[in-house]
Amino acid sequence: MLSKRIIACLDVRDGQVVKGVNFEGLRSAGDPAELARRYNAEGIDELVILDITATIEARRALADTIRRVARELFIPLSVGGGIRTEADAAAAVDAGADKVSVNTAALAGPELITRIADRYGSQAVVVAIDAKRGPADGRFAVYARSGQREAGRDAVEWAREAESRGAGEILLTSIDRDGTKAGFDCELTAAVSSAVSIPVIASGGAGGLDHFVDVFTAGRADAALAASIFHYAETSVRALKDHLRRRGIPVRL
Amino acid sequence: MIALIDYRAGNLTSVKKALATLGAAFIVPRAPEDLADAAGIIVPGVGHFGATRVLDAPWTEAILARVGEGRPLLGICLGMQWLFEGSDEAPDLPGLGLLSGRCYRLGANGGGVKVPHVGWNSLAIERGEATILEGVAPGAQVYFTHSYAAPRTGDSAAVTEHGEAFASVVQRGHVAGVQFHPEKSGDVGLHVLRNFLELAG
Repeated sequence: MLSKRIIACLDVRDGQVVKGVNFEGLRSAGDPAELARRYNAEGIDELVILDITATIEARRALADTIRRVARELFIPLSVGGGIRTEADAAAAVDAGADKVSVNTAALAGPELITRIADRYGSQAVVVAIDAKRGPADGRFAVYARSGQREAGRDAVEWAREAESRGAGEILLTSIDRDGTKAGFDCELTAAVSSAVSIPVIASGGAGGLDHFVDVFTAGRADAALAASIFHYAETSVRALKDHLRRRGIPVRL
Repeated sequence: MIALIDYRAGNLTSVKKALATLGAAFIVPRAPEDLADAAGIIVPGVGHFGATRVLDAPWTEAILARVGEGRPLLGICLGMQWLFEGSDEAPDLPGLGLLSGRCYRLGANGGGVKVPHVGWNSLAIERGEATILEGVAPGAQVYFTHSYAAPRTGDSAAVTEHGEAFASVVQRGHVAGVQFHPEKSGDVGLHVLRNFLELAG
C-alpha cells in the first residue's frame, strides 16, 4: 500500500535555513545540508527547499545550496520560491532538484506549468497553492506573492486547472493555519484532494502528532509538510511515523 | 564501463550521482557505436512512453546486440516499461520486446486509487532468487512516480499494490527492470543499483 509521505521544508535565505533553528536564539542559523542529512537519517520521505531570498545575487547561491543538499541525498528533493521562468526551473533541476514548485508565476501565466511539464515531465512540477478561507462557506481563495495578494481564484478550481495543465502534485498551504500550530486545515485539504487525481501535500498548521493523523484521514492528504515542528526537534520524524503507524496509517519506516 | 542512455526523458543528474556514489565508471553514449565497450547498459527515464521514440532502430539494434553478448541491461521506470512489447500510452510505438506483455494505465480497472502513483510503496518479492533483489528485505519501501505499469508475468521478481498488483521489479536472465527510482529510494535503491553493477562485473 502506498505510504503517506512526511516532507520536511527548509526555508533557505542566503544559503542558511532561517525558520525554526534560531528558536530562542539558542542556535545560529542551520546549514541546509546538515539538516537534510539529519532528516534523511531520521527517515524523512522527501525534502523541500523553499528559497525566500529576495535579491538576484543571493538567488545565484541557491544552485549551490541545492547541489550541497542533493549531494548525499537519495530521496526526492523539491525546490520552490521564486521559480518564475522555465530557465529558473532548469537551473534548479540541473543543480539536482527532482521537482520544482511554482506559485505566483503560474497564477500569472499558467502555461508555465505546461512548459516545465513538457520539458521535465509532470512528476517534476508541483503547483503550490496558498489558500485562505473565503467569505462564503466551504470556499477557499487563492493568494499570490507569499499570501500578500488575492489572486481572484478559487482553490479547488485552480487545483483542477493546474492538474489539467500538467501539474504532477499540489502543495496546498493554509494561510489561516500557517504558523499557528493549530493543526492542518482538513476541510481545505479534503476539498482539494477529492477534486483532483494528483497527490495533494498538506501544509500549514502542524503542531502535534495527531494533526498529521487528522490530515491523512479527514483531510485525505497524500503527504504532509512541516518545517518548525522538525527544526525545533519538538518531534522527530521517527516518533511521528511510529505514531502514525500505531494509528493505522501506512508510513515508510 | 556502464553506458547510461540519455534519450531526454527526464533528467539524469540523480542517476549519475548514484552511480558516482557507488564508484561506478559510466559514459553517456552519443551514438549507438559508443555502446561497443559497455559492460552494462542502463536505460533510465521518466515521463511519456512516446519519449522512447528517440531510441530508434540503430539504438535498439546496438542495445540488443550487447544484450545478445550477455551484457546486463537495467531499465528504470519508463526504461523498464520499454523492455516490454509496448504500452497503451503510445500504442503505435513498439517497445524493445525483450519481455512479453504490454504496459497499461494504472487504475484502468478502478481500484479507487490516485493516479499517478507517487510516493513510497513496498516490494512484495515474488522471486527471491532474482539477483537484482539480492539482499533486499521483503516489504522494503521504494519511491515511485508513474501512471502506467508493467503487467505481472513470470518475469516479475517483485510486485507492488496500487489498486492492483503490478510488476515493480522484473528480471529475466541478465535483463532487469525496476518501476521505482533506485536513485531516489534511499539505501534500498542504492543496494539495487549495486546488485546491477555486480551483474555487470
